[in-house]
Amino acid sequence: MATPVMDKAEATAKTDASPYITVTFRIRRFNPEVSEHAVWEDFPVEIDPKERVLDGLHKIKWDVDGTLTFRRSCAHGICGSDAMRINGKNRLACKTLIKDINPEKPITVEAIKGLTVLKDLVVDMEPFFQAYRDVMPFLVTKGNEPTRERLQSAEDRERFDDTTKCILCAACTSSCPVFWNDGQYFGPAAIVNAHRFIFDSRDDAGEQRLEILNDKDGVWRCRTTFNCTDACPRGIEVTKAIQEVKRALITRRF
Amino acid sequence: MSTDTTPAVGPVEGGHVHDVDNPAPLIEPPRKRTGRTPRSTRGNFEMAAWLFMRLSGVVLVVLVIGHLLIQLVLDGGVSKIGFAFVAGRWASPFWQVWDLLMLWLAMLHGANGLRTVINDYAERPTTRLWLKGLLYTATVFTILLGTLVIFTFDPNIR
Repeated sequence: MATPVMDKAEATAKTDASPYITVTFRIRRFNPEVSEHAVWEDFPVEIDPKERVLDGLHKIKWDVDGTLTFRRSCAHGICGSDAMRINGKNRLACKTLIKDINPEKPITVEAIKGLTVLKDLVVDMEPFFQAYRDVMPFLVTKGNEPTRERLQSAEDRERFDDTTKCILCAACTSSCPVFWNDGQYFGPAAIVNAHRFIFDSRDDAGEQRLEILNDKDGVWRCRTTFNCTDACPRGIEVTKAIQEVKRALITRRF
Repeated sequence: MSTDTTPAVGPVEGGHVHDVDNPAPLIEPPRKRTGRTPRSTRGNFEMAAWLFMRLSGVVLVVLVIGHLLIQLVLDGGVSKIGFAFVAGRWASPFWQVWDLLMLWLAMLHGANGLRTVINDYAERPTTRLWLKGLLYTATVFTILLGTLVIFTFDPNIR
């Protein structure tokens, strides 16, 4: 009977069609309770290349090594918790598919740069949020409050539409070479969020925010290297926004 | 963390000297931003410096390329340059102004560029202070000496 042969052929076909491949995750581990040095550690993982880097990290944390530490919250590119340096480029682990970053070679995963690493892929975000708070990222108005909502034309809304997309993941700020060398610089993310209010027709504190960014460590430290624009997982034209703030400062028109 | 299982972090030279009670020092990035720093500085100096770099750059392109053409390419090139050539050029106020403008713009442009490089790369305040002090001294010296020479140049000097 030829059936067993058929079965065998079918079985081989099935294994060939398996979506799983072995991908090596090369993760930069750091644990201050063990050593003051960071170490690269390799984890081979069976994974479907159509899955994301975050899924690979989950597999490692849940099945291989529970001490692996990283931030993630929504896992769908909205909360901005899992920005990390994947293959040397800042990305969101939850928006990066394995197949898009050459799974043939080891995938390097490390913490974002320029902020103090607390453990593995977790960094101290406090300086980043301090810069964010310093640009007053809230609506400031003068005069009496309207009885209804503050209306705005579609064109006025369009003016700052790009910078409303920011999720504060710090991918831009931690890709900025000026920020790496001097954390006193506001960084792209803070300027983007200042831009969002400076060019908002309903807001009245644009002048004040411009004055804050006119400072020694404000927009004039930007060297337009475009690292931030490349890094932004939301596709915000970050460098353009910074340049628009510079132009507004020179012309004082916004 | 137990040591009998495979450690999560690979072996480090000298073994594990750090544990929960004796954690390793965290390496802070340079000049971390806090609620108190940087102190805000009122004034438009940084904007003026930024604008100056753009404007002086445009003027310098014309001045420097013109200068190089005259000195090195046109009319016999570099071989013609001598005391007489310089004396002849500086007899005209036009070339005096040209050279004076080039001296001031190039020196300030270069010094401002180096100032930003120092600001970007020098981490410790004392390093910054010394490097900038050196830079400003050299700049002022060169500008003053050059200006002095252009204005007090005497073609009849023996």
